[in-house]
Amino acid sequence: MTELAASTQKRYATAVDYLNLMKPRIMMLVVFTGLAGLVAASSMTGVHMHPLMAAIATLAVALGSGAAGAINMWYDSDIDAVMVRTSTRPIPSGAVPREEALALGLIMSGVSVMLMWLASNWLAAALLAFSIFYYGVIYTMWLKRATPQNIVIGGGAGAFPPVIGWAAVTGNVPLDAWILFAIIFFWTPPHFWSLSLLAHKEYAKVSVPMLPVTHGTKATRTQILLYTLLLVPVSLLPLATGLGGWIYGAVAVGLGGVFLAYAVRLVRSTAGDPDAQGAGIKLAKSAFMFSILYLFALFGAVMLEHAARLHFPLTGL
Amino acid sequence: MADAQKPSPILPLDAEGLKARRRRNLWLGLALGAFVVLVMVVTVIRLHTGTGVSERM
Repeated sequence: MTELAASTQKRYATAVDYLNLMKPRIMMLVVFTGLAGLVAASSMTGVHMHPLMAAIATLAVALGSGAAGAINMWYDSDIDAVMVRTSTRPIPSGAVPREEALALGLIMSGVSVMLMWLASNWLAAALLAFSIFYYGVIYTMWLKRATPQNIVIGGGAGAFPPVIGWAAVTGNVPLDAWILFAIIFFWTPPHFWSLSLLAHKEYAKVSVPMLPVTHGTKATRTQILLYTLLLVPVSLLPLATGLGGWIYGAVAVGLGGVFLAYAVRLVRSTAGDPDAQGAGIKLAKSAFMFSILYLFALFGAVMLEHAARLHFPLTGL
Repeated sequence: MADAQKPSPILPLDAEGLKARRRRNLWLGLALGAFVVLVMVVTVIRLHTGTGVSERM
């Protein structure tokens, strides 16, 4: 214990450590999808937000995401220290004390919700508060270590940003906002399970019941395909409501096809199995990376159509 | 038992530790300043455009 304390005293935290505590890569995706919701809401309803208020609302979403990330790292620091992939995170590496991470998470939660309320309205602020609670408490503390459905139910937390962005502009959340929510919700399981096929031994080591640990890699690959089969039609719903136009349609159909092809190849592969060859591992990695590109492209298309006035809907619903 | 209740001694920081603390304090100060500026900006815009004033009162 003395040795551990001594080793953790040697490293002093830098600004980068605090930034890493906020999971900046997840934050980028959260901000991007939140911004897409904001831009689409403005274009679809004709309600315009002051540009500075919109920038502050976007900052609030980023801070809220960072707050949830810090709370997650505070709670999971025990298992993060055991898993190789996460052992260099700010808390297990000894750079940031646990209690400081929690304090940062809680203070940023309050600041982000307050900023959102000041810059937009109470509904957007309440949704932001709920999404932080969803990720920090419902997913991290209740679901992650309790059920293999952790990713499926927990995926709701990451799906809120476009809804929050929409609410920030209009003060309500119509069907289009929930369609954007559904796209991220159904995208999360195939995205995360592709990664967990590569890291399931690590999760088993810390007794986190990720699907490949509890049901095996074959069942996980099948579930990836099933969720991708659900995701592709859901991604086409914006075409039916008029939220998505020609550009969005081309992206959703083209990349949706590629995503499905990846899922089919994964089902036929041995990715994640103990005897998996290099090709299986490479395929799971490629599927994971492609899933990120897919979501960025879908929401990028929404943003492009609505921000650059290239929105030509296929239907008039 | 008496030892367990004794507070752990506060070790003096070395030069690197002091530098790190100064850096952290600077970042905290900047963050606090940015927050104050943001609240001020929001207030000015709200007063200027007249939005969100009546519904909050």
